[in-house]
Amino acid sequence: MPLNIVLAEDSPLLRDGLVSVLTRFGHQVSAAVGDADALIAAAHEHDPDIVITDVRMPPGNADDGLRAAVALRGHRAGLPILVLSQYIEQSYATHLLDLGSESGIGYLLKDRVSAVTQFASAVEQVAAGATVMDPEVVRQLLRRRQDPLRRLTPREREVLSLMAEGRSNAEIARDLYVTEAAVNKHVSSILQKLDLRLDGHGHRRVLAVLTYLRA
Amino acid sequence: MGFLASAWPWRALAYLLSGVVFGAIAMVTLLTMALAGLVSLIVGVGAVLLLAVALSGILVTRIERRRLWLVDPDPAPDPHRAPERPGLRGWLDTRLREPATWRELSFTAVSMTALWWMDLLVLAFALGLPVLLMTSPVDDPGAWPWLVIGLCLLPAAPYTITAWAGARAALTRLILAPRDRELGRELTEVRASRARLVDAFDAERRRIERDLHDGAQQRLVSINVLLGLAGLDAEPGSPVARQLALAQGEVTLAVNELRELSRGVHPKALTDHGLAAAVDNLTTRSALPVTVDIRLPYRLPATVESTAYFVVAEALANATKHSRATRAEVHARLDADVLTLTVRDNGVGGADPAAGTGLVGLADRVAAAYGRLRISSPAGGPTLLRVELPCR
Repeated sequence: MPLNIVLAEDSPLLRDGLVSVLTRFGHQVSAAVGDADALIAAAHEHDPDIVITDVRMPPGNADDGLRAAVALRGHRAGLPILVLSQYIEQSYATHLLDLGSESGIGYLLKDRVSAVTQFASAVEQVAAGATVMDPEVVRQLLRRRQDPLRRLTPREREVLSLMAEGRSNAEIARDLYVTEAAVNKHVSSILQKLDLRLDGHGHRRVLAVLTYLRA
Repeated sequence: MGFLASAWPWRALAYLLSGVVFGAIAMVTLLTMALAGLVSLIVGVGAVLLLAVALSGILVTRIERRRLWLVDPDPAPDPHRAPERPGLRGWLDTRLREPATWRELSFTAVSMTALWWMDLLVLAFALGLPVLLMTSPVDDPGAWPWLVIGLCLLPAAPYTITAWAGARAALTRLILAPRDRELGRELTEVRASRARLVDAFDAERRRIERDLHDGAQQRLVSINVLLGLAGLDAEPGSPVARQLALAQGEVTLAVNELRELSRGVHPKALTDHGLAAAVDNLTTRSALPVTVDIRLPYRLPATVESTAYFVVAEALANATKHSRATRAEVHARLDADVLTLTVRDNGVGGADPAAGTGLVGLADRVAAAYGRLRISSPAGGPTLLRVELPCR
């Protein structure tokens, strides 16, 4: 189903690139703007299925894009947001995850756009309410929580990262070339070792894992 | 007898003789000017003359400081500051409001009324009296015992002269040397200019980071997106698809390298979210497990934040590279407008500021922000680095 997308990115070159990629995958970019104020106006006007925004943008050239997205989310709860950033900064990831709402959050490095197919799929996942975190965010979080993670086998750590990135068990099984049953076993072993109680699936699971890693 | 053979008695003698000559000339000149000034005060010219007398201390003491060289090898710096504005008015303004000017005037008064007279008296007693005694038998051969007494007194003259010259020089230095406060001003100015320099460097780093972010990085990412799109059109497995994938890989490497580079230049999180967030981000990339405990009530001045950040970055880099540490802690609190930052690791210690430029560079940076850096790193460890930065 084609998505109605509002896009904000201050570099015209990359903005055009993003529009090309999204259009190529059959989506409708209703507005592609270059600053945070225009983003807010466009989002109010077009009522998009998802907002994609750069973090650093005019007018302040600080984290204006991120703050605009957070404001939009406050205005319309559950509005899916995909934030693109030149850097992975935990403070931004934390900011986003702290939105605490039910669904639809993504945080990716800008370079991920160039892996066009994966990027398009990430956009669709976030629009569908999933949480998509850049592998870099997860890598940093895993490094931070080294102590309890020592109890995990290397394979289990691998599975945990993919869980945090928002993959389902089926996807993890495909990525690691193992059966889904094997993944299920890994997952329950991880939960047991980390004393994590996960009753939800999909999005809730990602949030729970990320919350655990950030704690 | 080394003293008597040295130049010092002669230098002391020259000091006192020039003191008498200069003192006499100065006294006569100043008295004349003051009298003439008082007399002609009604005509108005007198005011100028009296003003000149009031400021005469500046010239008199400048010569006194020069003369000091005769008996005191240490230079006596000028306590005056540069006039705030150019021209005679500016000069007068500054001089008349300086305490040093009035201290010099009082020294001149003492010098006119007492010091050079004392010079004269000492010379007369130490040299004149023995000479007088020795020459007395010329007129009256019966007075020969005086010759003996004179001969006995003469060897004491160098000591008397040098002793008084030394005392007078010490007194002169005490009154005429700049006060700590007056020296402090120059030091403050040097420090302020150093702080401005560091600020300028920081601004420049931020600008470079912004230029990289807005320019080269965006362009490379855009190229990579175009390559990705082109890859969609290429037939899977064809030579073109392979070439495109290769090109994408290369561009991705370039983007990553550029990102690391610009992060080292100036981390964006520091500008956007402050010290705690930036240090947090730094430690998530560090190979060493680091516990961060930074609790600050508000955002600190930009210079303090960046100084503190680079201290932590350098300290953690050192700990990772040299100390064989397995853990590190970063701790920061703001107390009474002073940021106290400590970085501790459990490594082998032996960090020596003299050995590497890193620690010296840090100390310089901290000092330019009016702060203080201390390192305790005994051989065998642990290493503790403590920085205090004022945040007025």
